[in-house]
Amino acid sequence: MKNILFAFIILFCSVFYAEAQILNGEGQIHGSIEIDAQYYKSDSLIGAPAVPEKMLMNTYDQLDYTNGRISAGIRYEAYDDALQGYSPLYNGSGFPYKYIDYKQDNMEVTVGNFYEQFGSGMILRAYWQPQLGIDNSFNGVRVKYNPAKGIYIKGLIGDQRYYWTEGVGLVRGIDGEINLNELDSVWGNMKTKIIIGGSFVSKYQAASDPTYNFPEDVGASAGRISIINGGFSLYAEGVYKINDPDAINNDIFQSGNGVLIKTGYSQKGLSFLVSGERIDNMSFKSDRAATANDLAINYLPALPRDETYQLAALYPYNTQPNGEQGIDGEVKYKLPKGSLFGGKYGTDLDAEYTVVNSLDTINLNDQATTDKGYTTKILSAGQTNYFKELTFEVQHKFSPDFRMIAQYDHEYYDMTVIQQEPGSPNITSNIGILDGYYSFSSAHTLHMELQGLQTAEAQGNWAFALAEYNFGSDWFIGALDEYNYGNPTAALRIHYYTVTGGYMHNALHITIGYGKQRAGILCIGGVCREVPASDGFTLSITNSF
Amino acid sequence: MKKVIVLFSIFYFLFSFINAQTLLNSKVPSTQIKTVNGANFNSTAFSNNGKPIIIDFWATWCKPCIAELDAISDEYADWQKQTGVKLIAVSVDDARTMAKVQSFIREKGWDYEIYLDPNQDFQHAMEIVNVPCTFIIDGTGKIAYIHNSYMEGDEKKLHEALLKVAGKK
Repeated sequence: MKNILFAFIILFCSVFYAEAQILNGEGQIHGSIEIDAQYYKSDSLIGAPAVPEKMLMNTYDQLDYTNGRISAGIRYEAYDDALQGYSPLYNGSGFPYKYIDYKQDNMEVTVGNFYEQFGSGMILRAYWQPQLGIDNSFNGVRVKYNPAKGIYIKGLIGDQRYYWTEGVGLVRGIDGEINLNELDSVWGNMKTKIIIGGSFVSKYQAASDPTYNFPEDVGASAGRISIINGGFSLYAEGVYKINDPDAINNDIFQSGNGVLIKTGYSQKGLSFLVSGERIDNMSFKSDRAATANDLAINYLPALPRDETYQLAALYPYNTQPNGEQGIDGEVKYKLPKGSLFGGKYGTDLDAEYTVVNSLDTINLNDQATTDKGYTTKILSAGQTNYFKELTFEVQHKFSPDFRMIAQYDHEYYDMTVIQQEPGSPNITSNIGILDGYYSFSSAHTLHMELQGLQTAEAQGNWAFALAEYNFGSDWFIGALDEYNYGNPTAALRIHYYTVTGGYMHNALHITIGYGKQRAGILCIGGVCREVPASDGFTLSITNSF
Repeated sequence: MKKVIVLFSIFYFLFSFINAQTLLNSKVPSTQIKTVNGANFNSTAFSNNGKPIIIDFWATWCKPCIAELDAISDEYADWQKQTGVKLIAVSVDDARTMAKVQSFIREKGWDYEIYLDPNQDFQHAMEIVNVPCTFIIDGTGKIAYIHNSYMEGDEKKLHEALLKVAGKK
């Protein structure tokens, strides 16, 4: 590690001192700083554990230099120690992300760490999501090459970040994309825009298991097409992976596949979008022993919407890599300005329905022979309903100073499967939300939310209220209370209140808070992590320059 | 501790030996993004004939982002008349929600130029920690204003800054 760092600094310096032609531009230094700290008090009632360090902090600080064709950067991260909810494997500090990138007209080479995505990510996606504690960046080399107009090729080789070390597996990938409309003028003048693409990714991990004969090389391939004609759009992608026994699929020797189709039509004031997805045994990690979100090579996009409201996000969906199939439909319509219900500014209506089921599988009981585990029926709805959600949203601006959003959600949630907690109830809930914004003047505005969640299961009913007041154009104070008034256990009918205050100016953001946070699950894009209950002060600072 | 020293020496080294620009007053960095039709596009190719450009990073799942773009939308025609400004809305939606962007915008009736940054390359190059994040690019192509987050009324601050950049104030 020290040697790499040293080599990197030397490289960094030599790049700056080189008076070469490649540095013909004006040098630029950019960066960003993010610090999240929390002071913890134990609270046995809400399940907040005692934290011996009392105070914990995560920080992510990025520095990038660009000059002409060259750019280089590093990120410093420190977890002193990691905030509650992050893996303790993060404890410590260092420079986990460093890269040098060289660009010329039709080519780009990156050495060091990089993020990448092929298609929708079902075959390969390396990304950084610090709120989820995810960083599966590659450490290696990537080349992007544009051999002819409309033809794009990417190739990469590397291993992946695993906290402060690298995973044991090696990943190689190539992706090609042809944009037909860029090929020549005949295609270029066509109204229909067509892009086709394909990828091949393989991972290598040595195998020495005494019982299983694990495949050391696992290959996966994917194909995709995008067709757009005016308001009509279609995106389809399919991925196939050879048998890849791992900790997620319980070491079965079954191949994996996935299909994603999205099609829609839109015009001014109206849109339809229908998406369908089927995932069968598509966990793809560069270490077959890895669990949870560690060392993922691919990303399986979830169909359900990202919930932005606190109670709507109480029971969030988590993609099931071993198998799921679902469909999602959304209609959005804007009641025009000046119409009866549109008012002076128009009214936005949104309706969305999602259903995700298990695959229709038949167990093979073949552990002693082929060990494929199960077979599936392709066009069958599956025995178990994992998740269902119906959402209506109305957004209306009453005057230049006042607007409101109202949302209703009906949700079904199979907690046993989604949170992998056997014996948990299946939760059916109804959620109502009112969200209003009022401006007293340009420098004084008020934001209020009222939310309610009703369910007979789990922790029962919840209510939520929030008020936020912005003043002097850079300052804000806020208070929220999340109240579990319907908890079947009277002692657990707790108010989880938080008060916050903050300052934001240009790129600088400072927020301090004090209060109780309920235990829950934070999900972004169908990828989740558990957030433990906590009680105490929080401080968050972000800035960029 | 050693690492902190290394970090600070690098900072010190960079700032003392190189007379480099920070994000403000710099040109937009070169990264590959996508048009709504999925075609590749280089972020240095934004242009508005010497008039200012607003670059707004947003996502379909980000409520404050949508509030900001809605608020600007009501004033956009006036701003264009005053300054000739063009607004470029860069969606940082990932693969999961990317397909929604086109239909989202059409339903909203926003008159903005839209690009997609599904791999978040442009977002990282612009050092954005959270969306929404708004930049004003002046007539010479340099970043003249950065604002992170949106609270009700922030569009008025943006308007003030825009008038300044356009030399109307």
